[in-house]
Amino acid sequence: MRRVLPCGERALLVELDGLDDVLALDAAIRAAPLAGIDDVVPAARTVLIHFDPAVVPAVAIVAHVDLLLPPDRRTTAGTGGQSAARQRPEIPRPAEPAVEIPVRYDGDDLPHVAVQLGLTVGELVALHSSCSYRVALVGFAPGFAYMVGEDAELDVPRRTTPRTAVPAGAVALAGGYCGIYPREMPGGWQLIGCTTATVWDERRDPPALLRPGASVRFVIEWQP
Amino acid sequence: MSLTILDPGRLATVQDLGRRGFASLGVGRSGVADRRSAHLANRLAGNDPGAAVIEATFGGLAFRAEIDLVVAVAGAHCPLHAPPRARAGMHLPFALAAGATLRLGAPTSGLRTYVAVAGGGLAVEAVLGSRSTDLLAGLGPPPLAAGDVLPVGDPTLSARRASVPAAADSLAVRPPASPALLRALPGPRYDWFTAAAHGTLGQDTYLVSSKSDRTGLRLVGPPLARATSIELPSEGMVRGAIQVPPDGLPVLLLADHPVTGGYPVIAVVDDEDTDVAAQLRPGDVLRFRWRSRAENATRLGAVASSP
Repeated sequence: MRRVLPCGERALLVELDGLDDVLALDAAIRAAPLAGIDDVVPAARTVLIHFDPAVVPAVAIVAHVDLLLPPDRRTTAGTGGQSAARQRPEIPRPAEPAVEIPVRYDGDDLPHVAVQLGLTVGELVALHSSCSYRVALVGFAPGFAYMVGEDAELDVPRRTTPRTAVPAGAVALAGGYCGIYPREMPGGWQLIGCTTATVWDERRDPPALLRPGASVRFVIEWQP
Repeated sequence: MSLTILDPGRLATVQDLGRRGFASLGVGRSGVADRRSAHLANRLAGNDPGAAVIEATFGGLAFRAEIDLVVAVAGAHCPLHAPPRARAGMHLPFALAAGATLRLGAPTSGLRTYVAVAGGGLAVEAVLGSRSTDLLAGLGPPPLAAGDVLPVGDPTLSARRASVPAAADSLAVRPPASPALLRALPGPRYDWFTAAAHGTLGQDTYLVSSKSDRTGLRLVGPPLARATSIELPSEGMVRGAIQVPPDGLPVLLLADHPVTGGYPVIAVVDDEDTDVAAQLRPGDVLRFRWRSRAENATRLGAVASSP
């Protein structure tokens, strides 16, 4: 059941079933912009809509979102919720080809991650580099994409003690996500390698290499 | 180049109204922490509200005018030291002749003081459409340092002549109450917390810890207990959100908060009260007051209630 939760007076949090619905709603809002919507934040299971209540009231945002959602995903109770024969609408895949990220698999945590997953280092590298990834959300820092594996989930916990400085370009895993650190910063994810790809450049257009919904493939540049 | 920083004080940054529309790139809004005071300073200087100002933290800022400037200062009350003929004072525009120095003393209450320069404000280079320094994201100009020379004058942001305060502005210049009282609405994860936690947040006092900054106020006081132990997938965050990490101590998000976060939000402080929060310093005491959830649900109309 989808819900719309107020988040203060200037934002609404739309809860959805999963990433496909999030990306579909995010794309739909951008394609049919409503005056007064200041920003849209897609995340793994939600879309947060920032708006100016002086320009558009919350009820209008809710109505707008309802119209953009497929009938079986609407937030109002009229459709009677889920039915056994519910049709899943086709969520179009992005037209762009996958972004290829070259990786030197030399991360300090690589052996430890392999052990945690019950794999050899070679198996881990093969799995990570053969998996299709998709960007679920970009947050935490400019250009920091949270990527989910479509074929496999490499789920390891964060480090118990975060590092005070993770190098820019570090490729890391935590909580089922893969991320790439856009610049040197403190970080608690497990480092499996590094890339020379520039995921964030504020002077580039577009500044972020990875956007929500983008497909990503990791390519072995070096492995132990 | 129109003014030279002599002393940034504890922290001084360039801020305007921030970056809008870049959340899906992981870029938060940033911008002035106390929008009301910054707006007043710009208005007194005859600037558009979007003009870039200097946000000084705990006063201490000192700079020299390299050309004739008109300046206005608003926010936390600081003693102002300038040549006598400048007739410098808070909350009114005054002239700084070329070569004159303005020095802010330390505020006895409040935290952030805004310095606006007539002619459209500071004209430093914008990044992603804004001249704001986002300390968390590392975007925009670096924090000000002694020796920095800043350009002034953006004709697109200077339309009016400098003005004098109207009666309503007296609200902005009154020192904040203590304890500060911040009104809040239930947040999206209100029901992840116990009834006792709801009661605690609406009644008890909290102290602003020294770990507070432009990202948010880290509060010390009774921890807020969770009703469920499920982990929250990261979701969009808002300024004014009260998020609760595992230790139960609330964090009130301010201007440089990250775009997304994984800690549940129990409440969201009213937008205008976040400007009050932006003036609270370590050691200050604050309380929250719940605004009615029923009132909010009525305003939202067609929102489905939670199953």
